[in-house]
Amino acid sequence: MQKLEARNVNLFYGEKQALKDISLGIDPNTVTAFIGPSGCGKSTFLRCFNRMNDLIDNVRITGDILIDGRNIYKSKINVDEHRKKIGMVFQKPNPFPKTIYENVAFGLRIKGVKDKSVLDETVERSLRQAALWDEVKDDLKKSALSLSGGQQQRLCIARTMAVEPSVILMDEPASALDPLSTAKIEELIYELKSKYTIVIVTHNMQQAARVSDKTAFFYLGELIEYNTTTTIFTNPKKEQTHNYITGRFG
Amino acid sequence: MVSVKERIIEVILFLCSLLTVLITLGIIVILASETFNFFSKVSIIEFFTETEWTPLFANKKFGILPLVCGTLLVTVIAILVALPLGLTIAVYLNEYANQKFTAVVKPLLEILAAIPTVVYGFFALTFVTPLLQRVLPNLSGFNALSAGLVMGVMIIPYISSLSEDALRAVPKSLREAAYGMGSTRLQTAFKVMVPAASSGIIVSVILAISRAIGETMIVAIAAGQEPKLTLNPLTSLETITTYIVQVSMGDVPRNSIEYSTIFSAGITLFIFTFLLNNISFVIKRKYHQKYE
Repeated sequence: MQKLEARNVNLFYGEKQALKDISLGIDPNTVTAFIGPSGCGKSTFLRCFNRMNDLIDNVRITGDILIDGRNIYKSKINVDEHRKKIGMVFQKPNPFPKTIYENVAFGLRIKGVKDKSVLDETVERSLRQAALWDEVKDDLKKSALSLSGGQQQRLCIARTMAVEPSVILMDEPASALDPLSTAKIEELIYELKSKYTIVIVTHNMQQAARVSDKTAFFYLGELIEYNTTTTIFTNPKKEQTHNYITGRFG
Repeated sequence: MVSVKERIIEVILFLCSLLTVLITLGIIVILASETFNFFSKVSIIEFFTETEWTPLFANKKFGILPLVCGTLLVTVIAILVALPLGLTIAVYLNEYANQKFTAVVKPLLEILAAIPTVVYGFFALTFVTPLLQRVLPNLSGFNALSAGLVMGVMIIPYISSLSEDALRAVPKSLREAAYGMGSTRLQTAFKVMVPAASSGIIVSVILAISRAIGETMIVAIAAGQEPKLTLNPLTSLETITTYIVQVSMGDVPRNSIEYSTIFSAGITLFIFTFLLNNISFVIKRKYHQKYE
């Protein structure tokens, strides 16, 4: 079964249609990249999977989004519980103004976990997974805002992984970072694939080519082409895709 | 010619700002010199340790404590009303209500602070006190409780509006992070937004306290004029401001000891509000640096 599936998804901001009849399926334990020029709807589409668009007034969505075969836009679903299973990493690192430890422990705390040993173990495990443990293990009580941008982003990844979601959505996770930090995040994405299903929105086509198994190209709210990354970058079927990846527009 | 005109305007602007500074300095100098006068007749130790304040009686005693105590008691009651209500309103407007509702309700709430305080005073005396007396039969006609409750309502907008501003200033990305982690609205509000806005919220509370301490009409009308060293909110008492009104409007002779007491009381009040405003200033400055 496919991990994530979208069926005929349309999204409107007021009168303006931002997504047009999008259908695609994503296999478990793969990395899928969403590419396309600014304003093409790729971030908006990403945010359908954890219902982050709910936070914006005036958004209307039709169609179905299924996760493990369950429709998440059915009214009965508990959105907060759902979001706990779908992690999200944002464009700009957004650690809470709390200590490093409390940032990673946040997800457990809001679940009501109080056991200190559980919290300690989870914080260490998550920071290790995010390849940040060695850099911060002596400074867990320091403010997360004292870290560098790249470290903050890895902290946000650790914070997301602490609640063991099955999917991680990444919205241009490296666009605000320097090349070295970007390389670290990409390496991390590659390693995390064995445990998670990852969807990454990126502006950077080399990045899409490096980290993803499959790539979806969006343009003006439509899914133009969706295929294995190799095919998209070496032998795209559509003219628009070809033009975009060769840098003729976008 | 233009440069002369510019120069004249510059001088006028400078004189205006100089004037306000001079007035402030003048007030401080007069307060200080009259207070100095006062302390040449009354020992400073008596002022701070004596538990009675009776400068208008034959047996004069000059202990500021009853007035300070009365002021703080009314202020505490007011904050106990305004903080929970104001913060709840701020969180509601920021996290729950839609933007149109907030845009309408916030200015409406601010009207509370624009109502003349003398109206609040009579509201406390003629409406709230009789109402409370039905539940608390031994509540005296003038009392700290009713004055404090009404003052609390008056300062709600200080806390709700400034706290809402502080919550609104929290970067949107933090809200997204909280929701993205699966927080409920309540968790997002109280585990992420309120802590992130805490310095702004503290500033709002300090300004509200400062406002409550300096508030005059409500307490002058509804709290009574009996300086008492008590923590009982059901009896009448006197605040620093009420005492100053009482003496200023009475017919004490100039340069008498009774006359100079209002300056000693005044400078006590001034020191309180001055300190509070400075604390809020320091916190505000720290807070502005936080997200840069």
